[in-house]
Amino acid sequence: MNHDFRFFCKLFLSTFSLSAFTFGGGYVIIPLMRKKFVEQYNWISEEEMLDFTAISQSTPGAMAVNASLLVGYRLAGFFGAFVTLVATVLPPLLILSVVALFYQAFQDNRLVNLVLKGMGAGVAAVIADVVVTMARDVVSARNLFQIAVMLLTFVAVFVFEVNAILVVLVCAAVGILYALLLKGRKRGQEH
Amino acid sequence: MTLLKLFWSFFQIGLFSIGGGYASMPLIQEQVVELHHWLSMTDFVDVVTISQMTPGPIAINAATFVGMRIAQLPGAIVATFGCVAPSCIIVLAIGYFYLKYKNLLVVDGALTALRPAVVSMIASAGLSILLSSLAQNRTDSWLALRLQHIDWVAVVLFLTGFLILRKWKINPIFVMLGSGGVGLVAYLLTGGG
Repeated sequence: MNHDFRFFCKLFLSTFSLSAFTFGGGYVIIPLMRKKFVEQYNWISEEEMLDFTAISQSTPGAMAVNASLLVGYRLAGFFGAFVTLVATVLPPLLILSVVALFYQAFQDNRLVNLVLKGMGAGVAAVIADVVVTMARDVVSARNLFQIAVMLLTFVAVFVFEVNAILVVLVCAAVGILYALLLKGRKRGQEH
Repeated sequence: MTLLKLFWSFFQIGLFSIGGGYASMPLIQEQVVELHHWLSMTDFVDVVTISQMTPGPIAINAATFVGMRIAQLPGAIVATFGCVAPSCIIVLAIGYFYLKYKNLLVVDGALTALRPAVVSMIASAGLSILLSSLAQNRTDSWLALRLQHIDWVAVVLFLTGFLILRKWKINPIFVMLGSGGVGLVAYLLTGGG
């Protein structure tokens, strides 16, 4: 592929517009990226996109950022990754800077406060909906280990207010031990 | 010093939020509300609300908002950079070495336990958001919540929004806009809020 100035403009603009029109963050951006980079531009293959999705889901940080870093790197190395990173981060950075300025100015306005108060209840409903769906997925997989981890983590975080970073580290370690144990047992059965 | 603190705080948020979507929420709450007191719980709920209606991941939105609050534009840029720095290092290392990442037993194992843990962490952060928005004075501590202090308008908005989302799977933005609008009218009529 010809990596001229026009290519980088196209890469920047397409990533920028994907980021600017993806509301709510999270998984929404993946199918949109697929449509643009796989179907429309033919820049990356279907299989690569699946790999990128899996990697960005299982590595730390925001999915949108991870996925666009991978696309940029795949297309044009470190400079490509830099271009897609800036293009992904810029829209929320600009918009939230403006919002933060207005927020400070309108913070004491009674009407704005009442609207935000009502929206707070709406946000709680949105999160509750997400949590119910996610928890149902865990329960319906009928993996006792995962169900136990879910319940114990909830008690640790909500009741005992255990540090979230500690919870992530401990769960990662426990998960690795569990996987090694399972593998060891399977090998034992084979012999 | 402040900029360094902002950077380090959001670096940790970026490094330990795994699983996409809302996974960063509990970490942001811990760093920004509980540890550094950069935002009150009310501000935090507002940031999550605003994040739902603006483009971009919650972590980047929160980084920009908190950064602006603490140290204006330089703060916003430093916090955002801190938030994406772990991604850059880890994701690019994977790309560079072309690791067969998916098939690593260690990564798979870690994720088996992390996925359900993240559900609980989001649930916990969501519950504190719920309790804070059901309290009449939008106080910082939900521990003080008693029956006579419950904001019944918010209770009705929450339950209605939740039922609509479960039943019809509509875009969450409409639920939030709806609860904002209906809430405003209801609060003005009842003289509450």
